[in-house]
Order: sequence, then C-alpha cells, then structure tokens
Amino acid sequence: MSIRRFALAALASALIAGPALAADTLLNVSYDPTRELYVEFNDAFNKHWQAQGHEPIKIQQSHGGSGKQARAVIDGLRADVVTLALAGDIDELHRLGKLIPEDWQTRLPDASTPYTSTIVFLVRKGNPKGIKDWDDLIKTGVEVITPNPKTSGGARWNFLAAWAYAQQKYGTEEQAQEFVGTLYKNVPVLDTGARGSTVTFVNNGIGDVLLAWENEAFLALKEQGGEDFEIIAPSLSILAEPPVAVVDKNVERKGTRALAEAYLNYLYSEEGQRIAAKNFYRPRNEAVAAEFKDQFPALKLVTIDGDFGGWKAAQPKFFNDGGVFDQIYQAE
Amino acid sequence: MTSASLSVTANSTANATRRGNALGRRLLIVAAWLVFALFLLLPLLIVVSEALKQGFGTFFTAIFEPDALAALKLTLLAVGISVPLNLVFGVAAAWCVSKYEFRGKSLLVTLIDLPFSVSPVIAGLIYVLLFGAQGYFGEWLSDRDIQIIFAVPGIVLATLFVTVPFVARELIPLMQEQGSTEEEAARLLGASGWQMFWHITLPNIKWGLIYGVVLCTARAMGEFGAVSVVSGHIRGLTNTLPLHVEILYNEYNHVAAFSVASLLLALALVILLLKQWSESRIARLKTGAQP
Amino acid sequence: MSRRTSSVIPGFGLTLGYTLVYLSLLVLIPLGALFLKTTELSWAQFIAIVSAPRVLAALKLSFGTAFAAAVLNGVIGTLLAWVLVRYRFPGRKIIEAMIDLPFALPTAVAGIALTALYAPNGPIGQFATELGFKIAYSPLGITLALTFVTLPFVVRTIQPVLADIPREVEEAAACLGARPLQVVRHVLLPALLPAWLTGFALAFARGVGEYGSVIFIAGNMPMKTEILPLLIMVKLDQYDYAGATAIGVLMLVVSFVLLLFINLLQRRIARS
Repeated sequence: MSIRRFALAALASALIAGPALAADTLLNVSYDPTRELYVEFNDAFNKHWQAQGHEPIKIQQSHGGSGKQARAVIDGLRADVVTLALAGDIDELHRLGKLIPEDWQTRLPDASTPYTSTIVFLVRKGNPKGIKDWDDLIKTGVEVITPNPKTSGGARWNFLAAWAYAQQKYGTEEQAQEFVGTLYKNVPVLDTGARGSTVTFVNNGIGDVLLAWENEAFLALKEQGGEDFEIIAPSLSILAEPPVAVVDKNVERKGTRALAEAYLNYLYSEEGQRIAAKNFYRPRNEAVAAEFKDQFPALKLVTIDGDFGGWKAAQPKFFNDGGVFDQIYQAE
Repeated sequence: MTSASLSVTANSTANATRRGNALGRRLLIVAAWLVFALFLLLPLLIVVSEALKQGFGTFFTAIFEPDALAALKLTLLAVGISVPLNLVFGVAAAWCVSKYEFRGKSLLVTLIDLPFSVSPVIAGLIYVLLFGAQGYFGEWLSDRDIQIIFAVPGIVLATLFVTVPFVARELIPLMQEQGSTEEEAARLLGASGWQMFWHITLPNIKWGLIYGVVLCTARAMGEFGAVSVVSGHIRGLTNTLPLHVEILYNEYNHVAAFSVASLLLALALVILLLKQWSESRIARLKTGAQP
Repeated sequence: MSRRTSSVIPGFGLTLGYTLVYLSLLVLIPLGALFLKTTELSWAQFIAIVSAPRVLAALKLSFGTAFAAAVLNGVIGTLLAWVLVRYRFPGRKIIEAMIDLPFALPTAVAGIALTALYAPNGPIGQFATELGFKIAYSPLGITLALTFVTLPFVVRTIQPVLADIPREVEEAAACLGARPLQVVRHVLLPALLPAWLTGFALAFARGVGEYGSVIFIAGNMPMKTEILPLLIMVKLDQYDYAGATAIGVLMLVVSFVLLLFINLLQRRIARS
C-alpha cells in the first residue's frame, strides 16, 4: 500500500532530520529584539571563523521573550550560547538547570555584557500628548505600551526604570509603588515580549507612547522611515545590561566549546562592537563608542547592581508571584 | 433517510404552499449572506489584501525565502507522519467500537474524543513534563542523547496528539450505520479477515475515510499552540509554517507574515475543496445505496 | 442498525488492543504525567493556586468569552443551518463549502487576520473607535475570535437533524392553525435541542482551550484580557511548573466533564 510506503519514507526522513544539531552548527538562543543584530553578526562571525582556517558553520537563531527562552533551554533546548535580556534569566540556567556554573558572569569581560542599552520612549510624530518624562506617563488619557514583566526581560527594565525615577522623585517605596501602579493602569495591552509590544504600537496603532529598549526604538524608526515616530529620552533611565554565556553542558555534549567561546569573544572585537553599535546597541569598546557617540543621547542612568542590589534581590521583590507587580494588578 | 432527496421534494411542495412566507425567507437569506460575509469572507479578504499590499514581488520573495521553505517542509513532514498514523488508529478504533459491544465502550469513545477539547497549550505542556530536561524521562533521554522536544519528534508528537480523534470520529457513525451484514456474509462465504477488510469494509468506508483524513490534515497543518510549546523556535529548523507566520509578524514583516498566511489560506481552501468533493461522494453513495 | 456482537467478524482483540495501546501511549500516559506533576502539590497549595485572583479572573474570562461565543454561534449557526437546509438561493453552494473554513484555516492565520480587521486602525476597528469602544484587545475581540474559530460546530451538528425533520410535520402544524412561533416551539425546538446543545458544548469546549487565534487579539492584560491557556504559558515561563500544571488539570477536568455531557446527549439523539 502506497500510504504505508509514504509513512515509512516520512519516518525515515524524520530520523535523519532529527539529530540535525551536529558539530558544525551553533545555536544561539536569544531574546526578542536581537534578531536583526545577530543576523548581521552571524555573517560577520562566519567570515571571521573561515578566515581562521575553519570550515563554514551554520548558526541557528531562536528568539522569544527572555524568560521563555531561558525556560526552553532549561527544558532541553540545546543552545550552545544564550544571549538574553538580563542576568537574572541566565542565573536560572544555573539554579534550575545546572547547565552552567554559578560564577558564569565573571567569565567574560564587563560582567559578560558585550553591549548595553537603555530604556527610552517612542512617541507618535509631533508628540501630540507632549510626553517629555516619566511624569507624563501617569496622566489620565495617556496610553502606555509595555510588555509583561513576567515574561519579557525588556519589560522588567522598563518597570525598574520607572521605579527608579519615582523613588528618586518622591523618596519612599510606597510612593514609588503608587506611581508605577498608576502608570500600569494606563497600559491597554500587555504583550508577552518586547517585539509584540512594538508591533502593537507601530503596526496596530495602539497607544501614545511605547516604553522600549533604545535599540528597539531606533530600529522601529529605521524600519518605518522615521516619518511616523520620535524618540524621547527621559531625565532618568536604567542601564540595561543584556549578558551572554556559553551553555557548558550543551557545548560539552556537542563538542562545540571552542566555537561557542570564539563566537562570544567576537562580540567584544572591534568588528563585533561596530555591528552592535550599527544595530543601536551601546558598545563597550571605547574607541567604537566614540565613533558612534552622536547616535546615542547622553542619559542619567541607574544600574541594577548599584541601585537594586542585583537581579537576585530585584527579581523576587518585584516580579515573582506575590511581588510588587502582582500587588499592583491585584490592588484593583 | 436520505436528506438530499427529501429536501428536494419538500422544496417543491413548499414553493406552492409557502408563498406567504417569501418575505421572511428572503430576509433570512440576506441575513445568512451578511453573517457569512462579515464572519468568514472578510477575514479571508484581509489576509489576501495585506499580503499583496506591496505587489506580487514581495509576496513571492516571502514565500520562497529559505526559512519559509524549511518551515513548509517541516509542516509537510509533521502532516506526513501524523496523518497516516492517525488513519490506521482511526480505522482500528472505529472497527472495535462499531462492530462489537463491550463494557466501557462509551468511556473509550470519550477518551478518543478527549484531545478535541484539551487545550493545545496543555497538549504541548504534557510532552514537556515527560520529555523535557526537567521532565520524568528527561535524564534517561539525555544520557542516551535522544532529543524529543525542541526537535522534530516533539513537533510530530504534539501534532499527533491534537489530531487523534479526526479519522475515528468520522468513521464510527458511518460504520455503525452500515452495520456488519456484508462482512458477515463475506466471512460465511469463506473470505479471510484481511480479504473481508480490503474487499468489503474498505470500499464501503472509503469516502468517510478520505473525509476524516482531510480534516485531520487541516488540523495537523495548522496546529499552533501545542507545537509552539515544544518547538524551541529555531529558524529554519523547528519552525512550522504557522509558527513562521508568528515570527514574521513579530519582525515588522507584516507583508511577509500575511504572504505566508495566504499560502496557508490557499492550502486551507484546497482542503475545503477536497472535503466538499468527498462529502458529495458520501452523499451519492448513500442515495445510491437505497434509491 | 445492526448492533449485535458477532463472533464471525474477526479482529476484536487486535483492534481494541491497538486502540488502547495507541491511546495510552499518546494521550493517557502524557495526561497522566500532568496529574502526577500536580500531586507534588498539597490540596491546600492546589486550591491556593487555582483560587488566586489572577487565575480566577482568567477563568472567568475564558469561560465567559467561550460561553458568549457559543451563544452567538447558537444563533448565527442556527440561522446558517436553517437557510442552507431549507432554501435554494444564489451562492448557497459557496456558503455551504466555506462554513468549514475556520476548521481548515490555521488558528494563527485567523488570529492575525482578525487582529488586522478589528484593531483600532483596521477596517472594522475604525468604526468601533469612532463609536467610542474597542474590539481588539478587549473581551469583545476574544469573543469574536472564538466565534470565528468555533463557527462550524453548531451549523454542522444541527444541519443533518434539520434535514431529517419532515417538512410535512411543520406544514401540517401550520395548516392546523399553529402560528410560526408555535411551530418553532412545539415542533422544531424539541427535535433540534439535543443537536443544538451538542454543537453548543463542542464550541464551548473548544473555545475555552483555544490559544492561537486569541493571543494576537486579546491584549493579554492580567486580570482583564488574559485567557487561561496564556496563563499556563506565563506560569511555565516563570519556571512555575506546578502552577502551570495545576491550571492545566483544572481545565482538563472541566473539558472531560463537558465531553461526557456531549456523549450522553449524542446517545440520547441516537436513541430517539
């Protein structure tokens, strides 16, 4: 019977297609807004790798909300490297998955963060609602678009930036919580990832202001020709540090450690830094940073380690079940 | 009871007796058309119009892009494995349910139907619980370097799960209606079990079978939630077409997303045509059987 | 209808065995894993999870919108089935064939299409905005998406029953002086009700679990437009496996009860 033969053929090809992650491929599991960055970086790295006398490699990408991606790696997605939105998510690879050592962040320069970003506002052309700073976001009638901090790394940076502003302005935590609570009442759509929020704001025309990664805001301007939107830099924001790590357990299994390490190290090279800057990430390398300094507005920035006691303290306090974010939503 | 012939004869008598209701009739037809246009036609049109916003060039680029083709291949593979397996299962299940009486039969039928009303997200979740690195078989699989979720087998499993009932559900009422007299006669005349199945049963249920396969194919091709949980979203490797649509949609690639969506829409329309055709064959078979 | 146990026909052991093994491997054991995982929780923990305000809100939303969509389908599905069975008119064949489109169309495609249609800058959403309400990113949008996805259920379950009701019965009733409403109440309703309820329950069950078409249009606001399946995903992505499975078990129990109800109904139909 031909159906049976077809089934056999299909099954056979499934078995061949199954273990496709061989030694000459590298899987980079990343968060939402880095798609364009890594498309360009992967090409550059591949050329660099071949110039060093290696065979060309196939670099695979997977993107999604940062928490979701970390969870997939913990559940068995065979990432060689992870490039996520925040250190807290990579910590989970150690805590829950035992995939990397606890001190992973000390293995690469700059706390394993080859590029940084910050949180800015994207508003519609002409800024019809006159949004200049965080204060303007809690006015009635202003619709704010930001993703869900439970699932999105960028959203957690957004949340903390707003919190830092309110705390500096009003002084107490209670007032900061009230401020952030009022802000989130102005949010009509809470997407699961940063990219979903951008699509909601840009393509579906919802909201007056998008809280976004600086790189994401610039990208939206570039993709849309810059005619419909403007970037507003608030008086205070947060230094967003998206770190990278080799996933030890996976590269040992696949024998790709040298490749994975070379890949991440290349992010720190001048070429890698330039690609990051071209994709609107703030480079660490000072020479490259000077080259692109007109591109990025100077901002007053708080840091996660300096002002929030690191992710190990901030994550449970703000975002775990029963944390500040839950209190805000259940207060109604 | 043959519905087609009945409503035709009823129709002719009705025309005479029911002229007074012509206005109500016309109103109902117009209402049906409106509902149809609003709920079914409009979503369809918007897919096509968004896809062709920038002309056919971008449309075809989006469809023939390597990642889209890889997604198409994976989708076809998942369909190619899950449909035949569920076909064999459907025939076996329909056979034991319709030809015999046994205790617990209605429980069995409920179990066969169960995947219909299990949320697709749960369908994905259960395989993560079983085969994920933290799951019940995670360590065992990891020691043997076998990958199920975030690879092709997981996608096939999730697709299999959500499409389990389709063929069985079409066949059970059909085979119950047909009864077993023909098979019994064949057996008494000395046919072997397999001869009876190939020569008597299969021709009788052929069109119902095709109908079930068509529905099964449609669902397997379009499954999103379950596959999304177990896919890992690796571009060009573990993305099926519906997942590829989501990715493009999230990449400011509105036009490309709708282009790939309209490819899926075209496949859906082909499926509807096949369904219509097998349905009309079933109807003809039934009217032919008892003129 | 012959329903006797005949020893003449072979294959009982083979087919029943195969059916049971296949179902066990693919459906029962995996679903068992879901229950096994929740046994890691105590009763008190389970209750605490499923009665958390956010879960209750999602529960209300999922069941509420699925119910509303099923009711809406009960009305327009009956209308479509009636017109398709009773009348011959231009385009009938097209409608007849296209009714099943929501079954054949991948739900993600339905999701982005409906979002494009009902978003505030979409062709229909624009009107809604002008009238001062929104469709996408509100429970109304979720209801409409679910209505689309489950549209065929009611139509397809009552169509054959409607075709089997001899028109003479209605006409006889009408000739005997029954008014149209009385015909509907005393002749059509009792005959159609079981099938209608089956279609309704199928649509409802499917609507509660639907994911692909809804997430694009829902807006995903905790306490407001966050559906149960999405909440499972969110819990999972926070490494809260037990919480995710607890909600999963709750949904599963509800769907199983619904299915049993449907099958009982269908047995009653078959008997009558």
